[in-house]
Amino acid sequence: MSDPLVAVKDLEVYFPVRSSGVVSRHVNDVKAVDGVTFEINRGETLGLVGESGCGKTTTGLALLRLLQPTGGTVRFDGLDVIDLDRADLRALRKRMAMIFQDPYASLDPRMSIGKIVAEPLEIHSLVRSRADKHRRVGDLLEMVGLSPDYRNRYPHEFSGGQRQRVGIARALATEPDFIVCDEPIAALDVSIQAAVMNLLEDLQRDLGLTYLFIAHDLSAVQHFSDRIAVMYLGRIVEVADRVPLYEEPKHPYTDALLSAVPVPDPVVERSRTRTILEGDVPSPLDPPSGCNFHPRCPRAFEPCSVADPALAAAPEHDVACHLYD
Amino acid sequence: MSDQAPATDDRLAAKPVSRTRETIQTLMANRLAVAGLVVLTILVFVGIFGEAIAPYGINDIDIPKRLTGPSSDHWFGTDELGRDVFSRVIVAARVSLQVGFIAVGFALVVGVPIGLISGYYRGGVDSFLMRMMDVLFSFPAILLAIAILAVLGPGVGNAMIAIGLVYTPIFARITRGSVLVVSEEVYIRAARSLGAGDRRIIFRHILPNVMAPIIVQTTLSLAFAILSEAALSFLGLGVQPPNPAWGRMLAEGRNFFEQAPWMGIFPGLAILFTVMSFNFVGDGLRDALDPKQKSVIESRGQSA
Repeated sequence: MSDPLVAVKDLEVYFPVRSSGVVSRHVNDVKAVDGVTFEINRGETLGLVGESGCGKTTTGLALLRLLQPTGGTVRFDGLDVIDLDRADLRALRKRMAMIFQDPYASLDPRMSIGKIVAEPLEIHSLVRSRADKHRRVGDLLEMVGLSPDYRNRYPHEFSGGQRQRVGIARALATEPDFIVCDEPIAALDVSIQAAVMNLLEDLQRDLGLTYLFIAHDLSAVQHFSDRIAVMYLGRIVEVADRVPLYEEPKHPYTDALLSAVPVPDPVVERSRTRTILEGDVPSPLDPPSGCNFHPRCPRAFEPCSVADPALAAAPEHDVACHLYD
Repeated sequence: MSDQAPATDDRLAAKPVSRTRETIQTLMANRLAVAGLVVLTILVFVGIFGEAIAPYGINDIDIPKRLTGPSSDHWFGTDELGRDVFSRVIVAARVSLQVGFIAVGFALVVGVPIGLISGYYRGGVDSFLMRMMDVLFSFPAILLAIAILAVLGPGVGNAMIAIGLVYTPIFARITRGSVLVVSEEVYIRAARSLGAGDRRIIFRHILPNVMAPIIVQTTLSLAFAILSEAALSFLGLGVQPPNPAWGRMLAEGRNFFEQAPWMGIFPGLAILFTVMSFNFVGDGLRDALDPKQKSVIESRGQSA
């Protein structure tokens, strides 16, 4: 296999917490992303799964340097994303794009969708003339299943699914290699979700895209991802190819997540044993000692509260858990 | 892919509905705002063609007819020199509007960029600019205008600068507040993810989305600016004699209030109608452009 397109190593994003008052003191850090390492190969989809607040969106933003990480490295096609200067970063933006979770908030309400889709073309001077721009915008709208006649309409005239298509068209405008999809279907009606997923899948096949697909439940990424990374409280606890992860999850957290996905067979559903987690996700301000997950883990034993398990690079199936030491 | 493409969609109206058109429709449904617009249109017309409409010259002195009441010859009566009050009220509309528009224009041109920079870049720049604005804001408006005029010297031009400076912090603050909200929007992050630079984000995305409260404030400020000009002219710091100005005419009328109340009443009414019209249009625009803003102001008014 060739070099990975995206390589993230020890990524850390801490948000400082300051005391209020005349002179603010640095009190603590919210460790939103705390040492995350993974790679994404060309043309594949990596699913990034975790509960709300586990740092998966922050990871996505840091990857595109929409947030400045406090530590670690991100390499994109050999380029160090974190240290790029303004001009190089701008050039890199052409090759990476993001699709946002809320299609109601991610489109500028004062711009027609034609202008929204044309914006990346203007920023990167990818069109030579008005006619050229008109044609490109029309093509892009068609590519995502919208009529080019809609170009003069405004976002508030569209449904959630249609808006998300506009967001996808905008992301595709610069012909990027890599797209971060931040829960692109979570805010949509169930009936629309499948259509948008199919669209993303078709586009990947036709355009050879690489996706980081962020989701909060495993069912959303089940059929779509080549590999899946499971995140808990700012860390990755398990990374594996889709099939082994589903069939034999190693980390107790992955197991719990999987057992939360309903099985569409009443007989199996009634008889299977389910792992139900107790309690809430601890605060990233004050993460537990040792393994982050140990206070909620049904299989926790002595070392868990003491030592922090590293993500062990087992062949094709990495897991950070003392059960597999 | 074609199976997912919505071939036709009944939800979409035949024509794209732009926000501007919606705003105009809402505004036109508001009777007070329409009345205000009508008065303002007449006022602007009068302001432009004042001398041509006025039946007498503004400084035509007719001593034998001094201090005569309203009649068919002199609709608003005459003043202590026998000058026609109607003509003077009409011609004075121009200077009032001029001072209003230029002063508010000045406040806009200076205040809005300050607000944009403060709200977008935050940090030290923000603190510095906003503290400057706080200093200006801490003085009562008319007192500050008088102080500025005391330094610059009286006159129409200086009155414009003084009133403009007094209203600058209002625009800076309103703009900054809206920019703080808008710059947190996902579509700003989206624009950044596409590679948009600061200038593009500020002018293409932030400015259009903060325009609504600025437009409303502009209309309301016009009313206050005209009122301020009247006050300054009343005090003798604005328009200088013998040129007519509503505020001056009020001041002169005060001396003759018992013999010739019309000398003060008509310019006073002119100020009242102008200011009220601007306020009605401003309120109408606020409701049409920014329903949220309205509820914020109202809830604040209740809690205060």
